[in-house]
Amino acid sequence: MTDILEPTPSQTVGPFFGYALPYAEGPEVVPGWHPDAITVRGRVLDGAGDPVPDALIEIWQADAEGRTPSGLGGLRRESHDFSGFGRCGTDPAGRYWFRTVKPGANGQDAPHIAVLVFARGLLKPVRTRLYFPQDADAHANDPLLAAVPAGRRPTLVAEAEDARTYRFDIQLQGERETVFLDI
Amino acid sequence: MTHPPYLSPDYKSTVLRAPGQDLVMPRLGPDSIELASPVFGHQELGRLDDDLTRQHSGEPLGERIIVTGRLLDASGRPVRGALVELWQANAAGRYAHLGDQHPAPLDPNFTGAGRCLTGDDGRYRFVTIKPGAYPWRNHTNAWRPAHIHFSVFGTAFTQRLVTQMYFPGDPLFAYDPILRSIPEQKDRDRLVSRLDLDTTTPEWALGYQWDIVLGDTPMEA
Ligand SMILES: [Fe+2]
Repeated sequence: MTDILEPTPSQTVGPFFGYALPYAEGPEVVPGWHPDAITVRGRVLDGAGDPVPDALIEIWQADAEGRTPSGLGGLRRESHDFSGFGRCGTDPAGRYWFRTVKPGANGQDAPHIAVLVFARGLLKPVRTRLYFPQDADAHANDPLLAAVPAGRRPTLVAEAEDARTYRFDIQLQGERETVFLDI
Repeated sequence: MTHPPYLSPDYKSTVLRAPGQDLVMPRLGPDSIELASPVFGHQELGRLDDDLTRQHSGEPLGERIIVTGRLLDASGRPVRGALVELWQANAAGRYAHLGDQHPAPLDPNFTGAGRCLTGDDGRYRFVTIKPGAYPWRNHTNAWRPAHIHFSVFGTAFTQRLVTQMYFPGDPLFAYDPILRSIPEQKDRDRLVSRLDLDTTTPEWALGYQWDIVLGDTPMEA
């Protein structure tokens, strides 16, 4: 093995990324007219239960068949693109949203979306996964969920608000703290 | 440990935002989505995205600089075609962000945001203005050393990195809880760029070199 270089340390995204990183199409992983479009939305909350208005959420997911996307178009989307990547800054109430498709299962892995949260006050991002409530059977066999204490697994499962809308709040700290991953 | 801990009480915003419970360390299968990365193409970038001094009708005020370096993996191999984004304050220490209340002048010729893709040798390169130091409200007389925020993608989503690049010899390093959140001095030093006369363009702009090293993916570890 060659020499291992030490990684560059992480620093906070700070409060002023809002004019630089978010972009208009960031939350629209698929266009609104897509027949299978779903909305994923929620809030980012701190340890006092207050909204985090300066967080940046990124998602990265398989396509509806469970395949890892390899296409371009994460920044400038054409209607046929599916890049699998989305980015959304939280609003003053700590809310974010994405329009996407439900990813397919991949082997033993239940359908899920990788979620990354950057914020002022986070010196490095928190990483988690969003799972879907209708897949309870698949959750029982999911290798990642198996590594999570049973009592905390519900923090990784979105709530269905209606047939096409899922709510996924991210609690950075506290009693109902979201499970974060060391990956 | 290279990275700062989540909780670093001298940086006050960490107190209510740092996770308090144990992180879960799963074994990721080789097909896990986190071990792949979104990819971006040149057609998604604007022509002047890598030159922050030419994005408006006039030239911004301040000290013109070239900032360049290589994006490397933990083995020292270049990471090609990766998206690098940066943002920064203007020469007076003011961000073009509505939330920035620092009473320093905005520069109508400077937004302070850029993007580029790394080349085949892993190199990124930006032309910009040296940012000013600016005050923040963390404690009395808190001032951030001059810095440029960087956001980079690797070949795995687990390598996603947001960090800050600093300038050599800044006397504010000793007082900055954000830089000092990194436990070891040798790791802090790796966020400081190097003045490089070979990068400098005579009679035009000083050059700074700063390499970025991404973390191991679990597959490689
Ligand atoms: Fe900053």
